[in-house]
Amino acid sequence: MIYDLLIIGGGPAGLSVAKKAYETGIKNMLVLERDDELGGILNQCIHNGFGIEKFNKELTGPEYASLYIEDIEEKGINYLLGSMVLNIRDEGEYKVVEVASKEKGYLELKTKTVVLAMGSRERTRMMIQTPGTRPAGVFNAGLAQKYVNIDGYMVGKKVVILGSGDIGLIMARRMTLVGAEVLRVVEIEPYSNGLSRNVMQCLKDFDIPLQLSHTITEIKGNDRVESVVIAEVDENKNVIESTKEEVECDTVLFSVGLIPENELSTNLGVEIDNRTQGPKVNEKLETNIPGVFACGNVLHIHDVVDYVSDEAEQAADQVHKYLTDTQDICKRQIVLENSDDISYIVPQTIECKHSDIELKFRVRKPASNVRIILEDSEGNVLVNRKKWAVSPSEMEKVMIKGKMLEDIKGNLTLRLKAEE
Amino acid sequence: MEEKMTCIVCPRGCELTIVNAEDVSKMEVFNHLCIRGKHFAIKEKTNPMRTITATVKINDGKQNRLPVRTDGEIPKKVYMDIVDIINNIELKAPVKREDIIIENVLDTGINIIATKSVL
Ligand code: SF4
Repeated sequence: MIYDLLIIGGGPAGLSVAKKAYETGIKNMLVLERDDELGGILNQCIHNGFGIEKFNKELTGPEYASLYIEDIEEKGINYLLGSMVLNIRDEGEYKVVEVASKEKGYLELKTKTVVLAMGSRERTRMMIQTPGTRPAGVFNAGLAQKYVNIDGYMVGKKVVILGSGDIGLIMARRMTLVGAEVLRVVEIEPYSNGLSRNVMQCLKDFDIPLQLSHTITEIKGNDRVESVVIAEVDENKNVIESTKEEVECDTVLFSVGLIPENELSTNLGVEIDNRTQGPKVNEKLETNIPGVFACGNVLHIHDVVDYVSDEAEQAADQVHKYLTDTQDICKRQIVLENSDDISYIVPQTIECKHSDIELKFRVRKPASNVRIILEDSEGNVLVNRKKWAVSPSEMEKVMIKGKMLEDIKGNLTLRLKAEE
Repeated sequence: MEEKMTCIVCPRGCELTIVNAEDVSKMEVFNHLCIRGKHFAIKEKTNPMRTITATVKINDGKQNRLPVRTDGEIPKKVYMDIVDIINNIELKAPVKREDIIIENVLDTGINIIATKSVL
């Protein structure tokens, strides 16, 4: 048996791909999920704020997931839980997916297309090299979220959070509601890395201080965390020694960013962009391996799940075109570049100039009153849009009309320009 | 007097500027991208409202915690009282998504409902 589509991951991206693929007419597909239930990270994101763009309703994570899961059950789309994909092989026309399944043992599944939807994982204390001892009580914020919200296990009583990403902010509130004392959230950047609504409703509402331009310089404690040393940093992120302060606590949560989880992609031979740490894709969300697509957090980190679903639907549409031989194929390849004040842009290349394309990017630093400019190698401007404010915590999008791509020269560069 | 406030109605998080914040009848709101921001600011200055999300203990189910939320906004001043009530509930599986866990909590007219089915 040969599948038309295998979806690697049953989180928000994978579920949206499955639903949309079914609607385009693809029936012969399978979703592979390593956990014991579908929904991925949404299951532990019990807070609300999901679905505003897509459903015009404010849903919690489990509710957002169940809208898709119930639909998938109803449509009879096949999925396999407790199934870990070990490896994907490219055999040209077909891909072979090696799976270790709790229920079915080792499987080799043959498919015409694959959508990579594995999501991301948290950056750890090791990755940012926070010095100190290695006592119990140091957790990644997302792992702590799983312990608290799914397993019902209290991770600590006096908590310091390093990093103001959304998971850290959400966990500051969550820990407070389950009876812990959250002493402060410490952020090395001079701005918050999470959505400002989360700073408001997770910190300000509970009088939890947010210390910008600060970091943890040492974790102390033998068996359990006993204290942390917190210090201010200068503009070059060097610790200002005289500002060091020891804060007693029993728990430290790290919320220092997410990284796309791409071991499978790399082994398969998919080219990775070191800006996004995700696969390089063209406007069809197709990787350098024909028939292998990527969407969601495995491609680049999103801050709003609704946009993950949108992207996943685009991927599903493209899978449908690939399978029905209606893909737009052009010889030309336009490379998308960005200036230094932008940290990445997706897609990385554009092959076809027929359809409208949504470019997604993030800025490196917050700025206000800027113009977003997209121009070709000869300085012809395709997009010139004013933005009141941009921030690294929010993914930005610009649309380019297919028509505009017809006579561009060379490659495209996206940059910011300060407005006087 | 001018005051800044973050609108929390949607993920955009507009940074609102409020003029005459001390007197609701003269209050003016700026920098909101949509009308919901203005309503939010006025509410926030008169009777701030929030949605609560939390989990409750559930026995004999596939998992130990059931996620719940208020099915509407509750006044911020009873937030922690409601959280206390939620923290002390213990349920028995099965519970279905949208099942009412507590009706009319603290006479707010709002129910606590399950946001997931735990079988
Ligand atoms: S003002 Fe409107 S657009 Fe801005 S954050 Fe509030 S709801 Fe969202």
